[in-house]
Amino acid sequence: MSEVPVRLSVNGRAHEVDVEPRMLLVHLLRDRLGLTGTHVGCDTTSCGACTVHLDGEAVKSCTVLAVQADGCEVTTIEGLAEGDALHPMQEAFWEDHGLQCGFCTPGMIMRAVDLLAHNPNPTEEEIRKGLEGNLCRCTGYHNIVRAVQDAARHPHAGQIPHPGLSPDAEDAGRELAKEGLGA
Amino acid sequence: MTAIDTPQADGRHVGRALKRKEDPRLITGRATYVDDINPVGTLWMAFVRSPEAHATITSIDTSAAEARDDVVAVFTGDDLDLAAPLPMAWAPPGIDLNMPEHWPLARGRVAHVGDPVAVVIGEDRYSVVDAAEDVLVEYDPLPVVTDPEEALRDEVLVHPDLPSNKVHEWSLGGGDLEAGFAEADVVIERRIVNHRTAGGAIEPRAVLAEERAGHLTVWSATQIPHFLRLFLSIMLDLSEERIRVIAPEVGGGFGSKLQIYGEEILAAWASRKLGRPVKWCETRSEAMMVTHHGRDQIATVRVGAKRDGTVTAFHARILADLGAYMMLLTPMVPSLGAFVMSGCYRFPAVQTDIVGVMTNKFATDAIRGAGRPEATHMIEVALDQLAAELGMDPLEVRRRNFIPADAFPYETAIGITYDSGNYQGTLDKLLEHVDVAAFRAEQERLRAEGVYRGIGFSTYTEICGLAPSRAVGPSAFGLQGGGWESALVRVHLTGAVTAYTGTSPHGQGHETGFAQIVADKLGTDPQLVEVIHGDTSQGPNGLDTYGSRSLAVGGEAIARAADKVAARIKQFVAHKLEAAPEDIELRDGRWIVRGSPDKGFTLPEVAGLAYIPEDIPEGMEPGLEEVAFYDPGNFVFPFGAHAAIVDVDVETGKVSLVRYVAVDDCGPAINPLLIDGQVHGGIVHGVGQALYEQVVYDETGQLVTGTFVDYALPTAAELPSFETDRTETPSPVNSLGVKGVGEAGTIAASAAVANAVMDALRPLGVSYLDMPYTPMRVWQAIQEGGQRA
Repeated sequence: MSEVPVRLSVNGRAHEVDVEPRMLLVHLLRDRLGLTGTHVGCDTTSCGACTVHLDGEAVKSCTVLAVQADGCEVTTIEGLAEGDALHPMQEAFWEDHGLQCGFCTPGMIMRAVDLLAHNPNPTEEEIRKGLEGNLCRCTGYHNIVRAVQDAARHPHAGQIPHPGLSPDAEDAGRELAKEGLGA
Repeated sequence: MTAIDTPQADGRHVGRALKRKEDPRLITGRATYVDDINPVGTLWMAFVRSPEAHATITSIDTSAAEARDDVVAVFTGDDLDLAAPLPMAWAPPGIDLNMPEHWPLARGRVAHVGDPVAVVIGEDRYSVVDAAEDVLVEYDPLPVVTDPEEALRDEVLVHPDLPSNKVHEWSLGGGDLEAGFAEADVVIERRIVNHRTAGGAIEPRAVLAEERAGHLTVWSATQIPHFLRLFLSIMLDLSEERIRVIAPEVGGGFGSKLQIYGEEILAAWASRKLGRPVKWCETRSEAMMVTHHGRDQIATVRVGAKRDGTVTAFHARILADLGAYMMLLTPMVPSLGAFVMSGCYRFPAVQTDIVGVMTNKFATDAIRGAGRPEATHMIEVALDQLAAELGMDPLEVRRRNFIPADAFPYETAIGITYDSGNYQGTLDKLLEHVDVAAFRAEQERLRAEGVYRGIGFSTYTEICGLAPSRAVGPSAFGLQGGGWESALVRVHLTGAVTAYTGTSPHGQGHETGFAQIVADKLGTDPQLVEVIHGDTSQGPNGLDTYGSRSLAVGGEAIARAADKVAARIKQFVAHKLEAAPEDIELRDGRWIVRGSPDKGFTLPEVAGLAYIPEDIPEGMEPGLEEVAFYDPGNFVFPFGAHAAIVDVDVETGKVSLVRYVAVDDCGPAINPLLIDGQVHGGIVHGVGQALYEQVVYDETGQLVTGTFVDYALPTAAELPSFETDRTETPSPVNSLGVKGVGEAGTIAASAAVANAVMDALRPLGVSYLDMPYTPMRVWQAIQEGGQRA
């Protein structure tokens, strides 16, 4: 199958990759860029294990084509910590035992950061509603909800270190997110 | 943020809510699951699976697939030259199991939707899927049977080459059942259906196999790397020392990865054939179809009781739908329930009769709790039904039948000995959290407003810690494995510690809990104890993780290996200080002569004595590491009391879980954080079954719930936060006093929710209803109940 070039920035690093037009963003990240922290848990955009940020919005990267991310800024779980300093959401998941097998965790954390970006002081009900698109089988969500509540006490828990590439690219990403491609 | 990292006043690490050592790699995306491993030259597998539930394969044309540039090979059942079929490991003495051979690829006939017919192997993840669609298979459909009661009539045979669909009959009983029913004032009988569910681990299965120079390495998302090595050896006819199985990070199991799957065998077989690494990652649609299911039992439960609520006889007859093939433990699972059919009660006569039957559905096998959730559901729901029949408080019926706290060890009617318990204690503690009188007043008030709220209880005990070899070995219960567990504790020259366990976790937190145990035994910090698991080339042989066995069996093995190391430490220190080893003790992180704290050695200093020895006496070995193999003397029996409160919307039939309180007793806590986590997840697994989850096949054997869109795994939005508490009754079985807790929540929860739903619906004329309590089912029951009333 003929390939097309995709230019995108992932965790602050620019990449230019030739991909099949049908390649999913999650496979570009995992198989081509080696960023295996983003996981695949279903084929129906149900589980959210593949959640990443596309120009600052949480999307399910199993339901975004790599070509749709052309010109965009992607942040994955690997881009959340700054060096050894964990993101407040990562800290909170650790402190509150918000994970067990860890498979849903990267997506859950990326979604939770997005949730706080839009609603810095959510109620428990808002957190639970906000995490509805991310499945976890281990924790019963109890400690995940605690972790989001605790992270929300941190002033920057809704922020990630990498701003968008350019205002244009940000707009493109927002459009994409609005079209319902994922979270 | 919660202060959970405070050391205990006594300096011990066991009992601390230590945050997990596993987590840094998991929260940063640096963990390594099978699909994250990509050796150079890896080939991909994709399967051609049967769309028919039962059919003869009349032809397979692989030519178009094989002609594709990116395809390396296509194999069908005829191509496989395996030395043995897929295993079923239960051989109960005196019982013949009527079962088919099960091969990784179908041979001439398919028996369930998803039965693999061919495997396509090629250069990348996407193109093998395309190629699989080019394989043309013609099927000649055969009659299908999906209902287990219908299957038992043998009008349609799941395997026409077998005489019957019935797999086996198995019974376990004790006490005089007939006399028990004869002396009863009241006898109730209920048909209780425990429907089919899925494991639902968020990581689907995955396997990668690579053979190099006659040595095979298999990475698999499995709970049982040691068993997988054994069966790879048997099926591939490859000597076991040449096989290394690694379970790297495993994304949840819940029993569904306690299996030897054909895809694992095929990846290894194909890697040997093709001389390249071969990888397969299951899609979720495949997982729903061909990762084993659980439950699926129809029980007829008969309970005899005196008018005061004292149970005189308990009889469960179970028809277990085992599916089309017998996998690793398929026919054994219902029998696990029979061991605890007494619940936490002094039932004088108990009988469980099991019939296993095949249908044209995928196999059932162990899913979280494996037989015990079904048994507990029967017992706890039946006791509530009995209470309603007698007009008694359900808790009063329980109290009247509880085995008293001073009766342990207690031998039940079937001859199983419960190690320890205090069932009144957990119930009393539960009632400190749940004010039943206040609830009843609120319930009354809400009903007046049209809100139907109900409360349900489940007081359970379960059997775990597989297992004492004399109870489950080949000549006893008939398991060919599952007895002992092993550990190796190695102190390095620097005093750092590596501890190897034969158990194989997939989210439980062994690396943290086991490190706490070792740290206390050796006088070091858990952060300096690395726990290695899930690699058959590392540490002694092991028997892996299932049935809540890891701590009670594997943790005890770790403790014993550390004790042996401590005994050696005492020798080295005694030699150095010219004292007797029995006078050496660990105090404040230093090994000293009792009563002389001014002179002593830290663990790194002891390691120096052991590895750079000075004139050690003859017969004393240098070095500081020990192995322990532990065969438990008995099972352990965790227990607890759970309460669920639900609201039923009588207009829509929707049931909402409002509150859930759990008091569990798994002995002294090693790490309370891990216990709470297990309980939370366990509860939701049971609540999910009660309210949302069901694997559904239609009458033609088509899987209706083939994705997470149709199979309703609970989400955060449906659930409340939970209230958990504990009592701690030590087990006399192991030195730590511990019992398992991985399945307890699931074992308790479905009955608590069921009883709560019935409590809510009783005023509407609904006295009994089976799970799952979906809006449609509840709404219909309310309509029918209303008509009767």
